[in-house]
Order: sequence, then structure tokens, then C-alpha cells
Amino acid sequence: MIPHKKVYMYGGYNTISMGTGRKEFNPKAVRSGVEDYIKEAGQGVLKQIGGAKNVDEGVIGNFMAARFNNQANLPGFLPMIDEGLSMKYGTSVEGACGSGGLALQSGIRNVLAGTSEITLAVGFEVQNTYKAIYGADILAGAGWYQKRKTGHAYFFPGQFSDRAGAYFAKYGKENARKGMSRWYANAIENSRLDPTAQEYHNTNPDPYNTCLKMEPNGKAFVDNLNYLDCSKVSDGASGIAICSEEGLKRIGVAKSEAVEVLSFVHAVRDITKDPKDLTELEAIKFATNKALNELGITAKDLATIELHDCFSIAGILTLEALGLAEKGKGCDFVSEGNTARTGFIPVNTTGGLIGWGHPTGGTGVHQSVTIWQQLTGRAGNAQIKIPSDRPYGMTVNMGGDDVTISVIIFKRG
Amino acid sequence: MKYEDRLQNVTVLGAAGKMGSGILLLTAVEMADLSLQPQNKNKTFVLNAMDVSDEALFGLMGYLREQVRKIAEKKTVLLRQLYADREDLIENFQIIDEYIFRVLNIVRPTTAVEVAYRSNIIFEAIKEDPALKHKVLSGIKKNSEKNPWFFTNTSSIPITELDEAAELGGNIIGFHFYNPPAVQKLVEVIRSKHTSDDLFDFAMTYAKNLRKIVVPSNDIAGFIGNGHFMRDALYGIQQVEKLATEFGYVKALYAINKITQDYLVRPMGIFQLTDYVGIEVCQYIMAVMNPYLKDENLHSSILDKMVEQGVKGGQYSSGAQKDGFLKYEKGRPIAIWDIDNKKYINIDSFAAEVDAKLGVLPASYKPWKVVNFNRNKEALLTAFFEDLNSMKTLGATLAKDYNKRSNEIGLQLISSNVAKDNEAVNTVMLTGFYHAYGPINNYLK
Repeated sequence: MIPHKKVYMYGGYNTISMGTGRKEFNPKAVRSGVEDYIKEAGQGVLKQIGGAKNVDEGVIGNFMAARFNNQANLPGFLPMIDEGLSMKYGTSVEGACGSGGLALQSGIRNVLAGTSEITLAVGFEVQNTYKAIYGADILAGAGWYQKRKTGHAYFFPGQFSDRAGAYFAKYGKENARKGMSRWYANAIENSRLDPTAQEYHNTNPDPYNTCLKMEPNGKAFVDNLNYLDCSKVSDGASGIAICSEEGLKRIGVAKSEAVEVLSFVHAVRDITKDPKDLTELEAIKFATNKALNELGITAKDLATIELHDCFSIAGILTLEALGLAEKGKGCDFVSEGNTARTGFIPVNTTGGLIGWGHPTGGTGVHQSVTIWQQLTGRAGNAQIKIPSDRPYGMTVNMGGDDVTISVIIFKRG
Repeated sequence: MKYEDRLQNVTVLGAAGKMGSGILLLTAVEMADLSLQPQNKNKTFVLNAMDVSDEALFGLMGYLREQVRKIAEKKTVLLRQLYADREDLIENFQIIDEYIFRVLNIVRPTTAVEVAYRSNIIFEAIKEDPALKHKVLSGIKKNSEKNPWFFTNTSSIPITELDEAAELGGNIIGFHFYNPPAVQKLVEVIRSKHTSDDLFDFAMTYAKNLRKIVVPSNDIAGFIGNGHFMRDALYGIQQVEKLATEFGYVKALYAINKITQDYLVRPMGIFQLTDYVGIEVCQYIMAVMNPYLKDENLHSSILDKMVEQGVKGGQYSSGAQKDGFLKYEKGRPIAIWDIDNKKYINIDSFAAEVDAKLGVLPASYKPWKVVNFNRNKEALLTAFFEDLNSMKTLGATLAKDYNKRSNEIGLQLISSNVAKDNEAVNTVMLTGFYHAYGPINNYLK
């Protein structure tokens, strides 16, 4: 959808994505909780926009705090960020791992509806409260519960392992594994450039071969993916301000310091139905193409993409859905270096879900923060060059197995 | 009797002890897994956890619950398949909880030894005291309804002697787990002169199902593990006594502990290992072994004195290390027991001085934890020993002598027919003691 008036994002903030990989992570010690993450991300944004007085509304994106942290009624945490948000409108949205993107979609809609000139969006998840084997139960809530019994112990890795298996069968395993391993290597190399990334401390000199040589083991995990093909288990939060033109004026920020939302699409696929084709992400294909078509551009006009690589195979299938590679050729597209930070279209420039981390409900917001940083020259060591003839950045956030999809296309304001 | 039928009723004696609790855990899990197989669905499995201490049994169940959870968490993929027909069990945590219940439901904690009379298999993990073992085993044998097989976890007493003294008629086998049984892969299996093939075959199947590495040892006191360890430890004590004339006892003990850890690239120094096993336990094992050894006196008055002074090492039920030769803080040695003045002396107060006397470590030195799990372990050790062999510092000399002695002990175990070959000796030291290299090696020049 093309906004009928100008909508911008500004003032993004990411906490560290905490979990295995970070030197300071200790699963046995008392760690920061939901409150700490929401507060840090929220205040990180408020500091850049002149404080809570400038905020009309707040929205929180979260997936499963109700189970990970026994916490519901999340709007109540907005005034905890700053008492200036007390007695203001606040809501929370849930769409599994797409909750962050849904928070942005919700914020954009409110700005367009005119109920808010500035909406504070915060997405978070604190999921290291459970070991992975129990976390898998909780995350399985992103699928249809009627399928849980027959699903894998690691439910979502199981779903995407099936997709990878179908892809191998159709297009050949060897090539696919190479592409998936390059995907992992790109993620690690990019995350080393962002101090908030979960794999920031990773020093493996050859991540590509580490991943390539790690044969998937269905007895201990799943048949067609190894651990490195998977996104991280993360605690983290991200925040950003969604503003109208009026909003930007209120906080005295030039449009050029913000990113403009050019096109936004949210689409859902029936959760009770199996994918028609395991080698295609149907809803992602629909939503990304709709966003591009409405703007009259193609994926080749994008400077960079933050896409939802909850598993390496999901990243490759998304490239195919975008039309950047033909079906079955996404792995080659990656192997050839096109998605590396120096390639034709740098993807997930701070590591994505595999390298930066995947605090599930926060991911969609994190993606937009990264795009804002890249398009406005704030990405520090992770900064890529934005070609003047391809000024666009895109986010693709997915909830469940291709079920709840948010796509946003930005350019510098 | 089929394997699973034999395992329908088992008793572990000394079930709440350090070794007994591990044996209980592994056996309970094996029995629970058997009970989950379709052909065994209507069979009842009973595992008596017999111990003299009510208090220890109380703690045991907590330990079991915690450990079974860890095991279940690691095999949830398999458990989901085994429970596929249970429609009420949907999420991993439900399946794991159900499995924990199944395992715990097999275990019957008790202080009454009479429960063993109905068992097909008796696992004995009581005190390393030959007279006590004779009494308990023969008592069960006489009263049993089942003519059971006895598995003894003795680490030092010859199995034939137990067999004959308790009149077990060959229904016994040595099945020596390493501490902690749930983690350590090694099991030494020792036949008495009379052990039947059926019992031996069962023991091998059981070991395989527990995913253990079996090293057969001949029936000579101490077997391979303690045959090496006790002599190695005694040599360490003798080296301390020698070095003490120049260094003083405390510094000498620190030096030899350091040599055996760093210069020998072992997971811990010889005195830390003695503390880990327990000083009194080591004293006892030596006393049990000694009468069987010719031309050798396996005895240390320093161990006697430590025990007299009440400084015994060993572990708390939590698994934390008790103070012994060394004092520990968060598992790390911080002081040395001064046997003359009966107090601990902080290592910090003299370490630099002793280290200087020993000289620098070989340039290519890397700690055990780097070397042992390294893909290039062989190359790392070759480089290390090349350096060490060319050095003449006090540290290097002591280390070379120590390694030579360890090698002699290894060869002695073969020549005295305890171990079949080099591989048997090395496997025990590599897997049971986590040494980075076996005593019989080509590194020494």
C-alpha cells in the first residue's frame, strides 16, 4: 500500500541481542528481564526525539512474553519507559516472529489515520528464560497447535528442515548446502561489524567451511539443517519512532535524517493450511511483489534488504520469492557473493537473524532500525554504500511458516 | 532368560553413594527405555535403590530427577517417537515430564537389604571393604529366591576372591565404572575365574546399551585403572618427599602437583586427583591391593597421616570438592596443607618462587583443555615433547622422570598380565582419567 500522506521513521535503537555467542552471556546468572529491555529500547528512542512529551501513541510488538516470561498486558509497560507516556494510548500486537513488523504496520496505520503524529514502536522478546528444548514448545505457538503433536521436537527447525529437504530433492543438495553455508558466513561476517550483534564476538576464521562440514543430524536435531542454519535464541529489544511530516517538525528533525515509508504491505496466509509448495514462500512472494509493484520498482532497484532468515533456507527462498533469483537458483545467487556486503545487493548487513540475533517479537523493528541506519549513514562499521540510482531499502518480516508477513520499502527522507 | 527379563528386577547396593547413584541412574534409564518398547509394555520393571542412609536416599531422588531431566532433554527427538501414541502428551515438556516420572517410578528407595532377595541382578557399590562385601553378597546369595548375578563395582578387590569367599559359584563379574558413572565412558570388565559366558555376554550387552567403552582387565588387584593411578600417586608422594629436603614439604607438594598437571598436560595435578578420589579411599585401595603384590609395597605414611589429621578430600554430595592436600575455592586450588603445622598455606605466597626454580614451561606448552579436545592433538603433543625433551630445567627433568615412571607402570601392567596390551592400558588412561596421551607412547625420548 502506498501511504496517502508522508510517513517517516526516525530515532531507531537496538539493545544488544543477548544469548549464546555473547561473551557476557551466562545462562546460569540472573539476567536482564522484560522490563530492562523494553525500557532500554524505549528510552533509546525517546532520547533522540526530545522525550515522551512528543509521543502521541505507543505500540509494543511481542510474541510470547505470556509464556517466556509469564507476562501479558504489555501496553502497561509503555508508561514504565517514561512516565510521560502515562495515560496515553498504548497497544500491543502479536503475530509470532512477525510481531515487530506488525507493530510498525500498526504504527504506520495510526499515523495515516491521523490519531497520532508520532508513535513509539518497541518490539522485544526475552526468550533465554527456557532451555532450547522447552523454548521450542513456546515458539511452536507460531504454528497451528493442532499440528504440534505430529511435529518435530524442535518444531520450527523441523518445518524448515522439511522445506530444505524438498529443496534438496528438487534442486540438488550439494549446491544448496553451499549456498546455505555462504549465507551463514555472510551473517557472521556482517555481525562482527555491529557491537550489538549476538555473534559480534565470533572469531571463527572460516565460518563457511564450519557450516559446510557440519552435516545435519536428524537424531539429535533435524534432518536437513544444522545449528548454524538456524537463527539465534535471543533476548533483545528494538525501538523506533513512526512520524508524520508534522511529527518530524515537532521534534525538529530534517526529513533527510529520517527514512520515508514508500510502500507497506501486510498479508496473512491461513495458518491451518500446509504450504502448497514447500520450495516456495507464497505469502512472502505475494507481499514483497505487491509492495514493489505498487511502487513501480523491482527487487533489483533495492540497495539493501533486511529479510527474515530464521533459517538459512528461508533466506534463500525469500530471494527467490523476490525474483532476485529463479526458483532453485537462490543458493547460487548467494554462493556467487551477490548478497554479501560487497555484492550486488547486500542483505542483512548487521547479520540478520542468524548473526545479529532473533529476539522474535523484536526482529521486525530491528530490521527497520538497520535500514534507517544504512540509508541515513548511521551504520558505523557496518555501513554499506547506497547507490544513488538504487536508493531503496526493504524489510521482510515473517511470523510462523510463511503466515504473517510484513513488508516495508523505505528511502531516505 | 532374555536381556529385558533379566533386567525386570534389579537392586543397587550403596545406591546413594557417589558411584551407586550414577549406576542407579544409568540402570533406571536403561530399564525405562526397555519398558517403553512395545513388546515390554505389560512388564513391570523394579529397581531397588538400597542404601544404609535414609538421609542419603532422600537426596538421591532429587539427584535422579535432575539427571533424568538432563538425559530426557537430550533425547527428546526420540522420546517424541516413543510417545507418539500418547495423545495427551503434546509438548516437549509434557513428554519429558512423563519420561522422568516413568524412570523415577521404577526406582524404590529403601534401607532394607531384603529387597535384593527378589532381584535377578545385584549391583554392588558399597564400601571398598572385602570383609563387608563378602558378608553382604553371601547373605543375599543365601536368601535369594532368584540365584542372582552380582555386578561388583570394586576398583581393587580381585573378583575371584569375592566369588569364592561369598560362595557365588561364578555368578559375579567385575563391572568397574569410573567416577562419575553417568559421564565417564569407561567401564573395566573383569571376569572371575568362574564367571559364566552368559553373565559375561549380558554384561557386554548392558555396557553397549549404556554406550560405554569396555576395557577387559584381568583379575588382578587394582585392575588397570587403579593399577596405574595408585602407583602413579605413590610415585608423586615419593617425589614430594625427595624434593622436600630442598624445597620444604609444602612447596615440594605444590611443585609436583604443578609438574603433573602442566608439564604432563593432564586435566589435574596428581594431588588434586587424589583429593578428587578421596585420600582415605586411596589409602584404602592401596591397603586392599597391597597383599596381592609381590616385590612392591603400595603404602604411604603421608596418606595415613592426612587421614589421621582428618584431611581427607573427597566430595560433598553437591559434587563440590572437599579440601585435602589442596584447599579449593570455587573448584580451584588456592592453598596447600602443611602436614607438620596442620594448616593451609596460600599458594600465592610462594608460587612465584617455586615456579622460578622449576624454570619456564616448554615454549609450545598449551593447557590440557586446549590440547585434549583439539583436532591437532597429535601435532601439539609432538611439538610440546620435542621442546620438553631438549630442556634441562628442574621442571623438565622432574616431568621427564614422571613420564618415564608412568610408562614403566603401564608396561608393568602388561607384563604382570593385568592388561592385555598397550591399547588396553592407554584406553583406560585416556577415557577413565582423561589423559591427553597414554602412558605407553612415542613422545618420550
